[in-house]
Formats: sequence, C-alpha cells, structure tokens
Amino acid sequence: MIEIRWHGRGGQGVWTASNIVALAAIYGGKYAQSFPAFGPERSGAPVLSFTRISDEPIEIHGMIYEPDIVIVLDYTLLSPKIIEGLKPGGVIITNYTGDVNAVLEKLGIKRGDFRVLLVPASKLALEILKTRTTNTAMIGGLLRLKHVVRFEDVKKAVMDRFSGPIAEKNIILIERAMNETIEV
Amino acid sequence: MSALEASPKYPKEKQIMLALNGDEAVAYAIKQSYVDVVAAYPITPQTIIVEKFSEFVANGEVHTEFIHVESEHSAMSACIGAAAVGARAFTSTCSQGLALMVETLYIASGLRLPIVMAVTNRALSAPINIHNDHSDAYLMRDSGWIMLFVENVQEAYDTTIQAFKIAEHPEVQLPVSVHLDGFFLSHTMENLYVLPDEAVYEFLGGPRKPVKVKVDYFDEEVEYVLNPARPLSMGMLAFYDYYFEIKVQQVEAMKRAERVISEVNEKWYELTGRRYGDGLVDPYGIDDAEIAIVVMGSSAGTVRSVVKKARERGIKIGVLRVRSFRPFPRKRVAELLRDVKLVAVLDRAASPGTLGALYLDVISSLYNVKERPIVVNYIYGLGGRDLSPELVQKLIEELREDLKKGYVPEEKTMRYLGVRE
Amino acid sequence: MSLKSWREIPIGGVGFRLSTEVKTGDWRAMRPIIDQKKCTKCLICWLYCPEPAIIWDGSKVEVDYNYCKGCGICAHECPVKAISMVPEFGGE
Repeated sequence: MIEIRWHGRGGQGVWTASNIVALAAIYGGKYAQSFPAFGPERSGAPVLSFTRISDEPIEIHGMIYEPDIVIVLDYTLLSPKIIEGLKPGGVIITNYTGDVNAVLEKLGIKRGDFRVLLVPASKLALEILKTRTTNTAMIGGLLRLKHVVRFEDVKKAVMDRFSGPIAEKNIILIERAMNETIEV
Repeated sequence: MSALEASPKYPKEKQIMLALNGDEAVAYAIKQSYVDVVAAYPITPQTIIVEKFSEFVANGEVHTEFIHVESEHSAMSACIGAAAVGARAFTSTCSQGLALMVETLYIASGLRLPIVMAVTNRALSAPINIHNDHSDAYLMRDSGWIMLFVENVQEAYDTTIQAFKIAEHPEVQLPVSVHLDGFFLSHTMENLYVLPDEAVYEFLGGPRKPVKVKVDYFDEEVEYVLNPARPLSMGMLAFYDYYFEIKVQQVEAMKRAERVISEVNEKWYELTGRRYGDGLVDPYGIDDAEIAIVVMGSSAGTVRSVVKKARERGIKIGVLRVRSFRPFPRKRVAELLRDVKLVAVLDRAASPGTLGALYLDVISSLYNVKERPIVVNYIYGLGGRDLSPELVQKLIEELREDLKKGYVPEEKTMRYLGVRE
Repeated sequence: MSLKSWREIPIGGVGFRLSTEVKTGDWRAMRPIIDQKKCTKCLICWLYCPEPAIIWDGSKVEVDYNYCKGCGICAHECPVKAISMVPEFGGE
C-alpha cells in the first residue's frame, strides 16, 4: 500500500488533489482512499489530506502517520515537522521558488536523507491558470514517480472532476509540471 | 452460509463503479430510493449529503420535494408530517443538530413512521468539535429508532437503501438511522459499486406502501395515513390507561426488527453478492479467539487489519463488529463471545457516571453465560482522536498481559485508549 | 368498555374510537347562554368556536353542550354581546 500525506492551506485545493489521485488510482484498477483533515474551517488555515492506494481492499480508516510520500503545496509550510513519520526511503515533493538549499534547510535535512522532488508549481500555475492554485501542478510532480498513478488515468480523473476548458488547462499544467520537476 | 453460492442477480460486472465519499454515496442511494420528501438542515460533516442531493433535485433527476427548513427540529417535524401522509421521507444530521431534534425523534418512532435518517457521527459540544465520535448516536439509543453502524463507504450506500426496506416492513414500522463516521467516512472517498436505478427500485418494491390499521369506526382496515377520505387521528394524547400498551407495541416491533435486518441483509446478498455478517454483527476470527475486540463503525476496519497481522503471528484474537446497535443482538453476541476468554469493548463515547453504552449492552448479553469471559471497556477516539494501527497494537499487547494474569481488578475495568494521561 | 391489550390496538397510538364519542362537554365550568332575541346571526361565534360546539342549522345558532368546554371565546367575540357565560354548577 502507498500512503501519501498532502499539506496545504485552506483554499489551495489540497483535498481535491488527493481526490484526483485516488480517482486516477481507481481508474487504474486499484483500491484507493482519500480524505481531508481540517483545522479551523477557514481560508489560510493548514489543511491535510490523505491518499491510500493499494492492490487489496483498504480496511484502515484514519490518518496517515508513516507516509511513503509527503507533498507540500505551500512553500511557507515547510518545516522539519511537516515530514514527521516519513518512511526511510520516502519521497518529499514540494512546491518551491527556486532556491534548492533553502528547501533542504527549512526541512532540516541533508541531501540524500530522502528523495526530494521540487515542482515549480506556483510559477506554472500563474502562467497557465493565471491563479496561485498549485494543487494540480503538484500532481504533476507526483507523476514523476512512475509507480503511483498513470498520467492517462490522471487525465481521466481531471476530465471527470473539472469542466471543459478548465480541465484542459489543468492537464497542460500537470504535464508541464511533470516535465519541469527536478530531483535533488 | 450456503455452500452452493448462487450467482447474484447483479454481480459486479452489472454494477457501476464510482469513486464517491460517504456523504455522496448516501445522497446517491437516496436518489435511487424513490424518496418523496427530503427536509434537512446543514451541519458539518453532513453538508455534502444535502448539497449533493439538492444538485439532483435542481437537475430534475428526482421527483423529491426538497423542503428547506430553518432547523433540525423542523427537519424532523417536516419528515414526520410527510410520513404521516404516506410519503417516503429522509433527513440527515448529527451532533448538535441531532440533539436539537431529539424530541421529534421520540415522536417519529412513537407514531411508527418509517423515516430514514443518515447520521454522520460527530462529537457533542461542549467543547465544540466537528470530528467523529459516537456521543451523538448514543443520545438516541432509547428513542425507538433502529440504529445501524456502517464501516465503509460501500456499506453506507448499501445500508441506506436497505434502511427503507427495513423501516417499511409491515412487522417493523420503525424509523431507521444509518450511522457513518464523520470525516472518516463522510468525507472519505473509496471505491464504490452502485446498482442500476431499476435494481434499487425493484428491491424496494417501488414507492412506499403504508400499512393498514383497524379502527373501531371503519368496517375495513384503512391505510395508516392522514387522509380526509378515511380520517384518522394521529399524535393523540394517551393517558396512563393506554400509553404503556402503545409503547410495548414499539418494543415488540424492535424485537421483530432483528429478524428483518438479517433477512434484508440476505436479500441484498442475493441481489449484489454483498452482505455484512448476518446483518446484525460482523465477526472475524472469533471462532478460535481467546481475545475478542468489540467495536462499531469505521475503526472496526482499522482494528481488523491489525488483528489480521496478529493472527498471522499466531495470536488467537478476533474482532466483532456490531452493525445493529439497536436492536442490540443479545443472543448473537452471547453465542459468539461465550467461549472467548477476554473481551475488550471499545466505546467511542464516554458515559460519565457509568461505563460505555456498548460495553453495558455486551456484558448484559453475557450475564446468563455460566463461564463468562472477562470483559473490559475502552473509551477511545473522542472528538475525532484517531485510532491508529499503532494504538490498536498497544491495545492488543495490553490485553495479552491481562489474559496472562487471568484477572482484571474492578478499578481497571474501564480504561482510556489514546488519551494523554 | 374494557381496556384493550397492546396486541389489540392499532399502532402509533392512532385514535381507534371516533373522537365524537368523547363528550368534552363534561369539562365545563362555565356555560354560554345565547340570547336569541339579541342574536343577529352574524356567525362570528360559530367561526371562532375552537371545538366546533356552536351549531348553525340555517335559521338559528345553538350551543352543542355535548362538546362545549366553556372557553368563553364566543361570548368574548360576539359583537352584540348576545352570549353570556354563567357558572355550570349552581349554588355551592
């Protein structure tokens, strides 16, 4: 089973991102689970969401404490606490503004501790969607790990959850993000 | 279980696979169940049920009359009025909303109206908390409602449809609440198989058919609905000469409901290939268990997944998920637990001044068993405090220690699981 | 009439006897008397009676003392004060 924990702020689409990945996994024939955990229900408050993907039916209900992957939508949330429980050999995927060392410093890790993928999500979202909603771009980053979900299935999921031109723009964004993600 | 498993009428291939969360699954079930009236007031985490259903109404996908009410008390009152004229009615709430409608809950069951309600279990204030526990469910345990607790999104969908069939059964005629854990199920998307619309319609036998009653002033039986052509008086005063008898009818109907819940569970199995234990309880690994954990709701899955791993290591442990909290299946629970040595009952709500509600029901079921197991009570998960696999592991270790000692002193009968001491 | 067992009565506490069999006139402490000479047959008393315990047969207004509970609304509303409320029980 793959467990992903997403971090963002209210209004950034953390929950939607988790849902799209779960939906894509289900299209790919897997069992999946996706749900959010809110703090205070307002914009700007930290929000978590969780995705589980498995070949077997998923019986567990509850939050993810030892994720395989941590995805951070909002750069300002980076801290050592955010990767709490990340399994050895786990992956961190984060939105970043261009300074690699700053990312490692904020996380309190050294190169090689974990796999770190950096997605220029804010930049791409602004360019393609004209907004700062980074959730779909981060899915692009996740797609760099080929073993989680397939791009084809993510496309289907996006078409299912968004309408017409917005869906298409998001797919372009996801593909760009996938290609422009760098690994530390 | 029959050795010869005939193929279900709608096997997986004939069902439609969707990815919905618990709330959406319930809304979808309502859409297919030919519901005449929905009256609901929003409260987190039930809001998605009502939002999704209003979309169906707005798109003309259902014939349902959607009544916007100003409170939960009004919501249930509207459902009572609707059901009293023969409509199939549905509402949904939880926590403070459920507390607000409590007087009408007793009225709905006292009037023997087959209303169905989805409760997205959420903690009662104070303090204010929007997350999951069973304190709101526990407040309605004497209200005369049938209460079914589901473990996952699939069961939420299946049980919501079944609820109408159980409620409207001529030998039952009691309202039914379907309990799905707030956030852990309401907002959780999982794989879901739904039936085609016609299958559900057929399963329920089409629209609601009210039962008939015999009153002194009509020669024949008339439908138990408010109808000017055949006038009845509903909601009357009953003094100490009749109140008791009318209440006894409710109690006896609840007894009969046990059988009906199991029957509907089997009928669902014939239709879809899915069933949940015998409809009342869902045991796993109990047959040879020395230790058993009794639990309700979504945590049962978490407990079961850890129990499975423990069994692989040779530990004789099982889990008993209670699906039907009301009526409480005393006989079945006694049968299943009589040969276990140590039972831990997990209550996701505190009952200050006494032990957990589920615990009390379990030990009273075991009272007449000569060689009873030791039974302990764990209060867990209040206010959405997660029951993690790690915590379940810790629980199992504690129980194994208790089993070694062979005795639990009175002051250790109740423990907390997952609280900071 | 003997009281029935729980198996004999219909469900939900539905009224199994006709409500007209319950003679609520027994409850009265004050009774209305209509002065027919003052009555203008405006039918306001008939309209306002909560029971209905005022009968209009097309030619005159009468109180149905089987059901009148003596609430006094008819007397209060009558625009010509044709109705007076008198104690139901005379003397002590």
